[in-house]
Amino acid sequence: MPTVRIPTPLRKYTQGQDQVEVRGSVLREVLEQLDADFAGIGERIRDDKGEIRRFVNVFVGDEDVRFLQGLDTPVAGNDEVSIIPAIAGG
Amino acid sequence: MRASTHSIFGPPGSGPSAAEQLARSQMIRPKRVDRITDLIGNTPLIRLHQIEQDCPGVELWAKCEFANPGGSVKDRPALRMIQDALARGELQGRRLIDSTSGNTGIAYSMVGAALGIPVTLVMPENVSAPRKQVTAAYGTELIFSDPMEGSDGAIMLARELVEREPDRWFYPNQYANQSNPLAHYHGTAVELWQQTQGRVTHFVTGIGTSGTIMGTSRRLHELGRARGRDVRCVAMQPDDAMHGLEGLKHLPSSLVPDIYDASVLDDTIWMSTEAGWDMSERLATQEGLFVGHSSGGNVASALQIGKQLAERGEPGVVVTVLCDRGDRYFVPLKWEKHYAW
Repeated sequence: MPTVRIPTPLRKYTQGQDQVEVRGSVLREVLEQLDADFAGIGERIRDDKGEIRRFVNVFVGDEDVRFLQGLDTPVAGNDEVSIIPAIAGG
Repeated sequence: MRASTHSIFGPPGSGPSAAEQLARSQMIRPKRVDRITDLIGNTPLIRLHQIEQDCPGVELWAKCEFANPGGSVKDRPALRMIQDALARGELQGRRLIDSTSGNTGIAYSMVGAALGIPVTLVMPENVSAPRKQVTAAYGTELIFSDPMEGSDGAIMLARELVEREPDRWFYPNQYANQSNPLAHYHGTAVELWQQTQGRVTHFVTGIGTSGTIMGTSRRLHELGRARGRDVRCVAMQPDDAMHGLEGLKHLPSSLVPDIYDASVLDDTIWMSTEAGWDMSERLATQEGLFVGHSSGGNVASALQIGKQLAERGEPGVVVTVLCDRGDRYFVPLKWEKHYAW
């Protein structure tokens, strides 16, 4: 199963886990399963229309999904999905 | 003519000359300076004519901190922290090291290069590419911390490096250094008071280290009370831990800076990323001010205060800060993505 790396601001939803394994073969499925497993985390990542929020960067491996196929980006079982927040503080 | 090593206004460290005092009191930017650090501060205040149409009867003004030579408000605390450390002899034979999301790093790098102080910066790896490139251009050494840990990760890594080799580093620690708010207490606040002829009624700005809001608010409270009225000082924070107002801190989920003192504040506004980003775009298209997202959040906060006043039919002079320019935040173009992160 793909591994999702969870940034500090979202670890309150994952009981402090910094990475979790989530089922799915495209990014949309992975994010939907993530929200099913950890209620509330989904809306921090996606807006009302289901799009990735403008200020949230999601990577599959080393690639920003905006430069791939967005939510339709394929995710392999050994892929790592990273959710990267903005920079806070001074 | 004075020797070239001296400022045109007098030797460094001798205190402001009469000419310098006059220039400062008249808010005149000098036409000739001794070194780049002399250009820090004394920034223009600009009226936001289009935005303030949404709050009739209330004036909205913004301090153009992007006009500092390093391009951001952070030039002020960086210079003050370095000057105070030099005066105490703490920089002797050491490298300056600090954690930063970028703008303070650019400021340290510029001041360090101008004054001959070597600089090392710890920043999260996902700091925007231009920040990394600008700091590196000044000859600064960069160390990257885990992007998943955010700026708190950079703070902890800097602390770790300093603990490992305490004699090698001078660690200003902008989050705990009183020279940071003092730069605004002696600079920003006094300038705002003069630029509004003491008419400022409200000051609002976002919290990064909290240096700007702490120092400016303390002085504005004092200046107002000395004239029998208060200036209302309001902080702004992102409304969520997962936000996109780069440079700002959501304190409920972060390491709270030591210099932060809630008793200085009259109120806190919780700002959504979307509202801040939308206001940045509006500032560019309607005012010709292409500024960063934290500036957008600041002006959105100022407008929120302005609208509340307008609804009550009260006049007001609401002042905020334009922290930096928008070109610090360009998303990488496709062919740049490999070195952008």
